Amino acid sequence: MAVLVGKNTKALVQGITGSQGEFHTKLMLEYGTKIVAGTSPGKGGASVCGVPVYDTVAEAAEAHEIDASIVFVPAPFARDAALEAIGSGISPVVIITEGIPIRDTMEIRAIAHERKIALIGPNTPGIIAPGECKLGIMPAHVFSKGKVGLVSRSGTLTYEIAAALTNSGLGETTCVGIGGDPIVGLGFIDFLELFAADEETKAVVLIGEIGGNAEENAAEYIKGTAYPKPVAAYVAGRTAPPGRRMGHAGAIISGRTGTAASKIEALRGAGVHVAEKPTDAAWVLASLVGK
Amino acid sequence: MKLYEHEAKSIAQKFSLPVPKGFVASTPEEAKDAFDRLGKPSMLKSQVLVAGRKKAGGIRLASTSGEAYRIAKELFGMKIHGEPVGKILVEEVVAAMRELYVGVTVNRSVGRYTVLASTEGGIDIEEVASKSPERVVRLDVDPIAGLRDYEARIVGRKLGLSGKQLIDIAVTISKIFRIGMTYDCELVESNPLLETKEGGFIAADFRVLIDDNSLWRHQEFQERIRRRDAEFTEIELRAREKGLSYVELDGDIGVIGNGAGLVMATLDMISYYGGRAANFCDAGAGGATAERIEAALEIVLSNRRTKALFINILAGITRCDDVARGIVSTRKRIGMDLPIVIRMVGTNEQEGRRILEEAGISFLDSMEKGAREVVARSKG
Repeated sequence: MAVLVGKNTKALVQGITGSQGEFHTKLMLEYGTKIVAGTSPGKGGASVCGVPVYDTVAEAAEAHEIDASIVFVPAPFARDAALEAIGSGISPVVIITEGIPIRDTMEIRAIAHERKIALIGPNTPGIIAPGECKLGIMPAHVFSKGKVGLVSRSGTLTYEIAAALTNSGLGETTCVGIGGDPIVGLGFIDFLELFAADEETKAVVLIGEIGGNAEENAAEYIKGTAYPKPVAAYVAGRTAPPGRRMGHAGAIISGRTGTAASKIEALRGAGVHVAEKPTDAAWVLASLVGK
Repeated sequence: MKLYEHEAKSIAQKFSLPVPKGFVASTPEEAKDAFDRLGKPSMLKSQVLVAGRKKAGGIRLASTSGEAYRIAKELFGMKIHGEPVGKILVEEVVAAMRELYVGVTVNRSVGRYTVLASTEGGIDIEEVASKSPERVVRLDVDPIAGLRDYEARIVGRKLGLSGKQLIDIAVTISKIFRIGMTYDCELVESNPLLETKEGGFIAADFRVLIDDNSLWRHQEFQERIRRRDAEFTEIELRAREKGLSYVELDGDIGVIGNGAGLVMATLDMISYYGGRAANFCDAGAGGATAERIEAALEIVLSNRRTKALFINILAGITRCDDVARGIVSTRKRIGMDLPIVIRMVGTNEQEGRRILEEAGISFLDSMEKGAREVVARSKG
């Protein structure tokens, strides 16, 4: 089974009439994702790729059964859009938008937490259950249904490693980007928990990068719970200079926190197989769980 | 984005947070005038964005008006860690009983702002926090409710303050927090926050770091970046204008890729095989089009240290044929006579490869091979 999304997930696309929203709605539909409605304030009554468009989430939720939302709304309006989905009780809410102010994300996160809504992102490629549901912007061809759960802070590295998992014959149960921002919704630990409980997931790949201490916290969790499945990891940014933002808003070494060395040490200390090169993570797992 | 001390302090004044009396000078004459207006021994503080200006001799005490002029002249001729001194803050010296620390920072693990306070101010707070964590008071703040007055008083009590001082420090902490909220700060801190002989508090230094993603809400600073008056190099500013994510590094292998994680991993691979990257350049935000690849190539090649180039594309939204067209057209336009290694896989790979083959440009299919190859060619 995949986690959080699956073949029966009925999704809403917020910001469906924008260029990104429309483009990816088409690709998600082609993948087989059930997109039942879209929203775009002021454009209610329109239709995009055959999907009906509503002015408000409330109207969409009244007309359709909805159990996930994906947000493509531009940064200045993203907080409002996310809160609108949360307000209708939709879960998960996946925020693709990049560039949302930290303070806005803090509010979204706090309210999602209070209402027990699964928040993914912002600044994420989304979540995919290969062969079942793609709620995101990832290139579909690198994924294949299989037995590894993948959780990552980076989009393209996810594709790199997913392609290696696919080539190795392992395949994936669910791949999810938690987002490249300093503050995001669900994190490594949340997905480690979900993967632990998922029978089809036999092993986990964790892709980290410099900035913050999410990897260290994940390591502590893995160690503390004697995590029941093998975990391999890759951490990007070993050679990144301190104080500089490496593309992602969250990828920055601040003072003494957030170095790749500290993350790698913590993960290794927890028994995680940390790969030297991205695709090695897949080969390590292949040898551990067998094809 | 970092603000200059004088900008941060003028924000402090708007919120009636006490700061030492001072004036900003752009010439030695203005610095002398400022000194005369203060009429007493004053500090001349270089306004730069790099850290460590004090150790580098960027902060000096002047006792006479003539001395102020002479020191200002020296400072204006100085570069502090490479950054020229464009302005000096001439500021009165405040006698202090104690140096404290108060800051508000983003706590990434809990997704909240955290107030940090300590009676051990004036030194690196991270060092205090790692050596004697009990000396730093921390309080996570609810992002919806904000900092309540009583919470500020709890922090004050934990600092050991009482009576009128407790009320004063709570008000000071609340003001600093409000500044943080109003300006969408990643960090706002006073270090040191001075306790005066009279028992009040004055922000002797004040730092404000604004979340770049919120700059659309703060147009005045957006403008300043356009005026090239920020912490970025010339090349970094040009990249920013083109919507590319670029960081200059000190090696000699130019790197262009799509996606922040992939580019970071590429730098790591280059180092793994014994090379050093000249830059980080992510051309991928929202898809690397031919135009973005052209812009990225121009930017990366304008760095004179670049001796070889590695283009690493894993195309999803990005299309390999677009990337290939961008490479070929740039070579026609500005020429590229350095070794180039291209790794390109993903969407429209066949078409992209055909375009490169026709132009006689070779390519690889794995980033490991690419990194090894570019390191070898940068040395040969």
